[in-house]
Amino acid sequence: MKDASLPKRIPWTLALFLIAALIPALGSRYYTFLATDIVIFAMFATSLNLLLGVAGLVPFGHAAYFGIGAYVCAIFMKDLSIPFLLAWLFGGIAGGLFAGFFGFFCVRLTSVYFSMLTMAFAQIVWAICFKWNDVTGGEQGYPNVPMPSMAWLDWIPWIGDLKIDHKLFYLTLILSALSIAAMHRIVKSPFGRMLTTIRDNAERAQFIGTNVRLYQLIVFALAGGFAGLAGGLFGIFNRGVFPDFCYWPKSAEVLIMTILGGIHHFWGPSLGAAILILLNQYIVSYTEFWPFVLGIVLLVLLFASPGGVAGALAALIRLGRSLLGVRA
Amino acid sequence: MLQCHKLRKTFSGFVAANDVSLAVEQNSITAVIGPNGAGKSTLFNLITGHVYPDSGRVVLNGRDITGAPPHRICAMGIGRSFQRTNIFPKLTVFENIQAGFIAHSGKGLNMWSVSERQHRDETWQLIEHLALHDIAGAIAGEISHGAQKQVELGIVLAGRPRMLLLDEPTAGMSAQETHESIELLARIAEEQELTLLFTEHDMDVVFSIADKIAVLHQGSIIATGSPDEVRRNDEVRRVYLGGTTQ
Repeated sequence: MKDASLPKRIPWTLALFLIAALIPALGSRYYTFLATDIVIFAMFATSLNLLLGVAGLVPFGHAAYFGIGAYVCAIFMKDLSIPFLLAWLFGGIAGGLFAGFFGFFCVRLTSVYFSMLTMAFAQIVWAICFKWNDVTGGEQGYPNVPMPSMAWLDWIPWIGDLKIDHKLFYLTLILSALSIAAMHRIVKSPFGRMLTTIRDNAERAQFIGTNVRLYQLIVFALAGGFAGLAGGLFGIFNRGVFPDFCYWPKSAEVLIMTILGGIHHFWGPSLGAAILILLNQYIVSYTEFWPFVLGIVLLVLLFASPGGVAGALAALIRLGRSLLGVRA
Repeated sequence: MLQCHKLRKTFSGFVAANDVSLAVEQNSITAVIGPNGAGKSTLFNLITGHVYPDSGRVVLNGRDITGAPPHRICAMGIGRSFQRTNIFPKLTVFENIQAGFIAHSGKGLNMWSVSERQHRDETWQLIEHLALHDIAGAIAGEISHGAQKQVELGIVLAGRPRMLLLDEPTAGMSAQETHESIELLARIAEEQELTLLFTEHDMDVVFSIADKIAVLHQGSIIATGSPDEVRRNDEVRRVYLGGTTQ
């Protein structure tokens, strides 16, 4: 049954990608700006969900690796004049290495102690970024990150004539899609399956021969790496990197996106990122009490559907199918 | 095949294992019996690396495995089940057993293949062997208790163990289920040349399939021997069998 639904799904993902690729055609820099923001945070939230939904770990400091990736990518590009693609990859590697180092200690703890330690490490990273004026620019941040060269897009008839913001969107879309595809592959791999067994029952997982801590450490480093890649893109999109990239509210924000969208579905976090960013934009234009409205939305949603928006949608689709008498 | 030398474990003053020594021969079926709290589960936990002994040694095929972590002991060919059923409750029955194969094959760190396609035939074979084919797609946490026990056995067998440690394999089963599941166990043990070490409260089961019985009482082994020897042992009759057979 599952095999039959797999080919059905591939065109959906492709369709989503193509629809997203049409957004600059609307001609509005504002929509392109929002879409770029959403795509980056979709990737960031999906990386968090490798821990939250797949491995059952709850990190409170995921922004640390996002920030590290952003700083490394920006500093490599501006101070060391390394080409964007390489700097971006280094940002991801740095995020992964730091996550691997911090994770070594974190995976030795469980449940809330794990969460607190991830937050403690994230605060250390934030404090260093905040104070290390010579390298990170300290409190003032690290401004004027150069734009990547987009000359490679110029040969494409219509895209080549677009403004730089739209071109940056395409770059972001392609790199994020590749990263998300890689994460999808990981989730569906035997490694991903072993992670779900650990999430479900770590004790039993040990007794089928799984080195639970090693697996947790590897996925923690991987999630940090992908968060770093998302951060690298965000630094460029934001034209600057600031300490609050690694500050705890950023960790909370991505956690909220992920839970809002739904942790039990691969696309849940992406959906959550889109919803939260759009809600933010629209509600802010009506009221300054945006966090208040967000709180109510979250409360209602989590009580109505603990599986998040994706969980609610899946339930609706199942309901619709059973009403129509269609067999899955 | 497996020797325990004077294993000792205390939990805040309570002696759960008091210098327990036990030898299990290859391809034998050994039962550990004793009243509740006698230290049966502690003994299993000591052997499989779940808890560290205060003193004593566990030797598997001449190799000292005392204090090795569970995943390594599992990789050396000891599979175990738990008294309280221990499965992956949110995965399907199929995925549960498939996970056993993936873990055993060492493919767990493979991030590029598709997990659904791994070990399909072997998983189906084992599922049919355990008569779980009708519920292979069901969520394991939602099926009957007896079926969950079978799933756990499947997860363990998928690891191709040489030795099987089963903690109360028929706990909570009906008389009929107990009968069937013990027959299945004995058959599998013979087919796959498994060494079996199990605890069981049902004395009919114990005396019908065990080659050797060890009796635990208050953390100590008070008798070991063939079923007949144990049945005739005065101390065993006094502390244990007397109470249940009358």
